[in-house]
Amino acid sequence: MAAYIRIFKRKIMLWQVGVILFLTVLAVVSLLPLYWMIVTAFSKPELVLEFPPKIVPMPPTIENFIEIMKLKNLLRWLFNTAVISVSVTAGGVFLASMAGYSLAKKRFPGNRVILWIYIGSMMIPMQVTLVPLYILVQKLKMVDTYWALILPFLGTPWAVFMVKQFMASLPSELIESARIDGCSEWGIYARIIFPLAIQGLTVLIVITFVTQWNSFLWVLIATNSVEMRNIQAGLSYFQELYPMRYSDIMAASTLAAIPMIIVFFSFQKYFLKGITVGALKG
Amino acid sequence: MSSGASVSSSLLKRVKKDRSGYLFILPHFIFFAVFFLIPVVWGIYYSFFNYTLFEFDFWGLKGYLKLLKDRYFWIALRNTFYYTAGIVPLWLIKALIISVLLFPFSTRLQTIFKSMFYLPHVSSLVIISLIWLWIYEPQYGLLNAMMKLMHLPTQIWLGNRFLAMPSIIFMQFVMGGGSTIVLVSAALAGIPPSFVEVARIEGANPVQIFFKILLPSIKPIILYLVVMGTINSFQVFTQVYVLTRGGPEFATTTMVYQIYYRAFENFDLGASLAQSVLMMLILVVFAVIQFKWLGGEVEY
Repeated sequence: MAAYIRIFKRKIMLWQVGVILFLTVLAVVSLLPLYWMIVTAFSKPELVLEFPPKIVPMPPTIENFIEIMKLKNLLRWLFNTAVISVSVTAGGVFLASMAGYSLAKKRFPGNRVILWIYIGSMMIPMQVTLVPLYILVQKLKMVDTYWALILPFLGTPWAVFMVKQFMASLPSELIESARIDGCSEWGIYARIIFPLAIQGLTVLIVITFVTQWNSFLWVLIATNSVEMRNIQAGLSYFQELYPMRYSDIMAASTLAAIPMIIVFFSFQKYFLKGITVGALKG
Repeated sequence: MSSGASVSSSLLKRVKKDRSGYLFILPHFIFFAVFFLIPVVWGIYYSFFNYTLFEFDFWGLKGYLKLLKDRYFWIALRNTFYYTAGIVPLWLIKALIISVLLFPFSTRLQTIFKSMFYLPHVSSLVIISLIWLWIYEPQYGLLNAMMKLMHLPTQIWLGNRFLAMPSIIFMQFVMGGGSTIVLVSAALAGIPPSFVEVARIEGANPVQIFFKILLPSIKPIILYLVVMGTINSFQVFTQVYVLTRGGPEFATTTMVYQIYYRAFENFDLGASLAQSVLMMLILVVFAVIQFKWLGGEVEY
């Protein structure tokens, strides 16, 4: 009997090892292109064009990275991307946290209507408003400025919705007792709600930051000059200019991808949480 | 009369008393109104105009009729459906297989795998598309090198009108779907273990457990993923822009790419807006399905 159980157990173990192996293969395959980007980035340009392709860059070289540093605009693109991502994240999350708090915790005439305007707007994707938004930005004389790349993202409806869902779970008694103690409405938000909420807001912060870092279509439309592009639009421009310089393109792509990979590993659990919380956003 | 006045005055009093509620929303709402609500209304209004660089005159539904007669509009719509019908089921199947296989393992191990599958998502679509542009490169690319090593005929993946769209879908299939996996896993984790235990005690095999217990339990999230996946896939743009520019022979021209192209390459803003409005209508239908049928059942 004991022997039978042992065999049975071993069978389960083997089965589990097989499943893990299979899943590992799948994961490796989906990560292989990123690996290939890094390999190409660290290979000498002439080796990249050899057959069969070298799976390991031997000897590895940073030649391509030095080469792309000579590009006039690369650092500017990274700088623009950082400016836009930080501004939109700081501003957008702050504004959304106030609006979400109000919708979750305050009773006033019309709050349901406002909430439904926000929720209804989430059905309309940004891509559909591109052309009218461009016309508006043009009329405001903001084309090719940071304003055009920052301001439209300070009022995104899904951020409010996400904050509202989260704020609803905070205890209302806390607000009540603070109010009885004579705390001002702003004081309640700034000293009690915001510090309590910041943990939950981290999900929104990382999602907003990554979304902005990776944004492309709007930047493509709202900028004319090469130096106002962000890194994504810059990479695409670089590829158009030098379609066959793959080792340089991959080096530049690696530079653009690394900050997000670092952000991902630092905030891993918030990302995974963010998908389920912000499922609505997709 | 007097009662109407008192109602409005008491409403005014309430508004005044609760003003902090409005003040907290106001800053966000201003940006939302200026950069979202106004553009949407404008966009719908201008879509009834013949609006190009040189012309701006009202022509009602004529722009829409012209668009509906435009063969390229239908090509773009067809291509968008093709892409959506390709990628949504593929991601779902991938997510189901991976999540179900991960299901019996510890949370720690599950998190490691979920992170690995999600990692490509944090790289931008531009970067991913550039990598695949390099992989698909006809002469020196990795894929054709692999074909040569296996003695298979090499292909011009993105330059062949029958292969271009499948190539884009394949790229998305290999690297994408991470969030689908996370959501399906979360749904599976929500199934009470006793369900599976009881089935196992009653002698159900793993395949039966999958089809009779697991799949029905996560049906709401699957429907949700189908609808949301459809809405998201309908907006495909970046991959098309970087990989094929809608070519060859319009084989990968999608709705958003065409909206972009009409407005910013052809400068026919009216046609672009009309197409935007039509796409918005299609997506709102999907979104209403989402909210009506599934809204209550899915934990956001």
